[in-house]
Amino acid sequence: MSALLKLDRISHAYGRQVIVDELSFELEKGEIGCLLGPSGCGKTTVLRCIAGFEPIISGEIRLNETPVSRPGFVLPPEQRRIGMVFQEYALFPHLNVTANIGFGLHRSTKTERALRVAELLQVTSLTEVADRYPHELSGGQQQRVALARALAPYPDLILLDEPFSNLDVSLREHLSQEVRELLKKLNITAILVTHDQAEAFAVADKIGVMHAGKMMQWSGAHELYHRPANRFIADFIGQGTLIPGRITQSGTVETELGTLTGDIYHPGQSPDEIAGKQVDLLIRPDDIIHDDDSPLRAAVVHKAFRGAQFLYTLRLDSGQIVLSLIPSHHDHAMGEKIGIRSETDHIVVFDRLRS
Amino acid sequence: MPAAQPHYSLAAGNRIRRAWRIFPFLVASLVLVPVCVVFSSFLSPDEAIWQHLITTTLPNLLTNTLWLSLGVILGTSFLGISLAWFTSVYAFPGYRFFSWALFLPLAIPAYVIAFVALGIFDYTGPVQTSLRGWLGSDLLWFPDIRSGSGVAIVMTLAFYPYVYLLSRDAFLTQGKRLLEVAQSLGFNRRQGFFKVVLPMARPWIVAGIMLALMETLADFGAVSIFNYDTFTTAIYKTWFGMFSLSTASQLASLLILIVLVIILTEQRFRLRMRFYENKKSAQADRIRLTGWQAITVTAFAGTVLFFAFILPVIQLSIWAWNSSATGFDERYPEFAWHSVLLSVLAALMTCLAAAMLAYAARLYPDGYSRFAVRLATVGYALPGAVLAVGIFIPMAWLDNRLSDWIEVISGVETGLLIQGTLAVMLVAYMTRFLAVSYFPLESALQRVTRSIDEAATGFGITGWAMLKTIYFPMLKSSLFTAATLVFVDVMKEMPITLMTRPFDWDTLAVRIFSLTSEGQWEQAALPALTLILTGLIPIILLVRHSET
Repeated sequence: MSALLKLDRISHAYGRQVIVDELSFELEKGEIGCLLGPSGCGKTTVLRCIAGFEPIISGEIRLNETPVSRPGFVLPPEQRRIGMVFQEYALFPHLNVTANIGFGLHRSTKTERALRVAELLQVTSLTEVADRYPHELSGGQQQRVALARALAPYPDLILLDEPFSNLDVSLREHLSQEVRELLKKLNITAILVTHDQAEAFAVADKIGVMHAGKMMQWSGAHELYHRPANRFIADFIGQGTLIPGRITQSGTVETELGTLTGDIYHPGQSPDEIAGKQVDLLIRPDDIIHDDDSPLRAAVVHKAFRGAQFLYTLRLDSGQIVLSLIPSHHDHAMGEKIGIRSETDHIVVFDRLRS
Repeated sequence: MPAAQPHYSLAAGNRIRRAWRIFPFLVASLVLVPVCVVFSSFLSPDEAIWQHLITTTLPNLLTNTLWLSLGVILGTSFLGISLAWFTSVYAFPGYRFFSWALFLPLAIPAYVIAFVALGIFDYTGPVQTSLRGWLGSDLLWFPDIRSGSGVAIVMTLAFYPYVYLLSRDAFLTQGKRLLEVAQSLGFNRRQGFFKVVLPMARPWIVAGIMLALMETLADFGAVSIFNYDTFTTAIYKTWFGMFSLSTASQLASLLILIVLVIILTEQRFRLRMRFYENKKSAQADRIRLTGWQAITVTAFAGTVLFFAFILPVIQLSIWAWNSSATGFDERYPEFAWHSVLLSVLAALMTCLAAAMLAYAARLYPDGYSRFAVRLATVGYALPGAVLAVGIFIPMAWLDNRLSDWIEVISGVETGLLIQGTLAVMLVAYMTRFLAVSYFPLESALQRVTRSIDEAATGFGITGWAMLKTIYFPMLKSSLFTAATLVFVDVMKEMPITLMTRPFDWDTLAVRIFSLTSEGQWEQAALPALTLILTGLIPIILLVRHSET
């Protein structure tokens, strides 16, 4: 199966400032992709390049095998069959919900339009508010109108620019699930831009983490978490700290926490190739277990209550910091030394940085 | 004790508080009284003159007003919208310069553009004269500048900045984004502009056009220079030509009815703006124009700026230079002094009233206050000619009662006390320009939040001390802005000054009126340039404000 959308080493610059740097990824039909990254990393610019609002200075964007952007050539946005949901929705305040959704169906007949709008009102559960105006809708409803409006002309691809950022935090999780289900039901290919990991994990099949205009890793959520391609991803996705260690010939890792066993993963090199090397290994909070009987002790530096658990920040004797999730009935005082042990079955290691 | 209540406790405090409650209605009566006075004139119609007006002048006045309004609507919306669109979404040679320079015509009073246009394009003006010279014969045809279209063009050049200002506001905040929405829904840019951007900017555009229209209907100077009869000139002529104040009032009340329609339209559309997104979205870069498109747009903006600002200023400078060669107008300093004196007094009075109004409205933030404030600030829509009549009549009545009363009491015949002073003028200015100073002050006052008040009270700073240490420092710059705006408006004001000034007490604007009604363009140039220079001050403020 060939990709619906293919970005091949595209770059975009504003004046001399490079915003997007040799970025590539592909998306299959029906897949939901997500560009994740801190603000200013260029993710929205990538979306705008795909939509055709911004030109690219190198590389190529192909949609359905057809080049739509190349240096010096931009197929106008209106000819791309790409729908877009804008961050602030940009609904038309002078039109009601029905008219907003039907707005892009200007080439259809009246009946076709009415049918399509009715269908979309139904799948987005907006039938009841069809006659209302945008300012009479809740944030979640406005967002669904924006989505329905973008879906109406049967686009090949939908782009969503921070679609949940204007909503209450309490609504986001629920709505992101809803949007995913809707897109999957209609078999829509979509790309979402967000700075929120939870949102990315909830909605997307494939996630691309961006940093300073570059694509750091393009893969599924599980892989991002468990097989991070570099230190940036390890740091950005989930929580954890890097601690020094050495790989032994027998495939275990010697660290201050003791000798750890498990599958060793190193991006780029096989476990055999790194045997005997000094490395930094990623320790996640769930890798550290509280155990009063353990000889290994660490001092409580900070703790954050998370309901069922505390997230403890602990300092080992060497000064090395590790995180640990501990059931919240273990309420230890700051400075107290508590027993811990490691429980790893999967170890991510990186080459030791020379400092 | 609710936070809204000031911390007075004694009976005196209660009285003061009640005074604040009433104050907005007092200011609102400045608008209400003239309007009622003018309408009450229908109770005692001057049959003979009114009959004459209905059969002869009135149809002419109505058609003139209608055509002029139509012309101005078409002209200002074409220039205002197109220039606003180009300068807010596109990059073309000089777009940064044009963005602010296109506001400059606001500095020129319409009557100044009017007489400059007449001076240049009339039969004896340099254009027709030199054309005749080249051709060696009379011109077969030349557009008649002294016509309805001539006035409409002049007014368009003078008032398009209102539409430009407001639509630019709309386009800057949502123009490019809306264009993208339209494109993502399969419209090209041209369709996107007409189907999405323009309808969405409608509230701003209509509000701008209504402002231009209010100015058009209020205009007295330009139409009288062109001898184009509208309601304002008719009011003047019936009052000072036929000496029928009641007929003048009746004409004024007809004008109010027309203005009312415009006010209501304007306010309706302004209300609607609230629902429209007005967050300044991250402005993506402009669409770059190249080749002949860029040249066309630059040439278009340049042409408008040339005729609306550059040409008048050049022509006035030449005239001022020529007239100074033949001798300096020795009464010029006197007129200038009168203008400045009036404007300073009016600015102080108006700002004081506006500040008190804003404070009173804040003390009682309820429906009554809002209503009173809206009424008080609607005076800006009342044409000066209407206000002149509507304020002169009650003031004259009061004057007569006052002198009668003093005579009865003391036996001294005082004669008239109020008429012949600046009082009528100043009250009329205050009514007309209150809104100009109210809105900047009100928005500044919003920055002095209740909690600031409360924090100060907590430190034991109340009353006068609070005014001095908190309010004044925080409002200082807005007070200055407000005073400047009123100052400049009064400097340029013509009909109120002309109709209610003390005998032979001329200002620069009045001087321009009398000189231009005799066709003495060159002599009128120096006062006109003076007014333009002062008029530039608020433009600078405006441009600075919109750039930050």
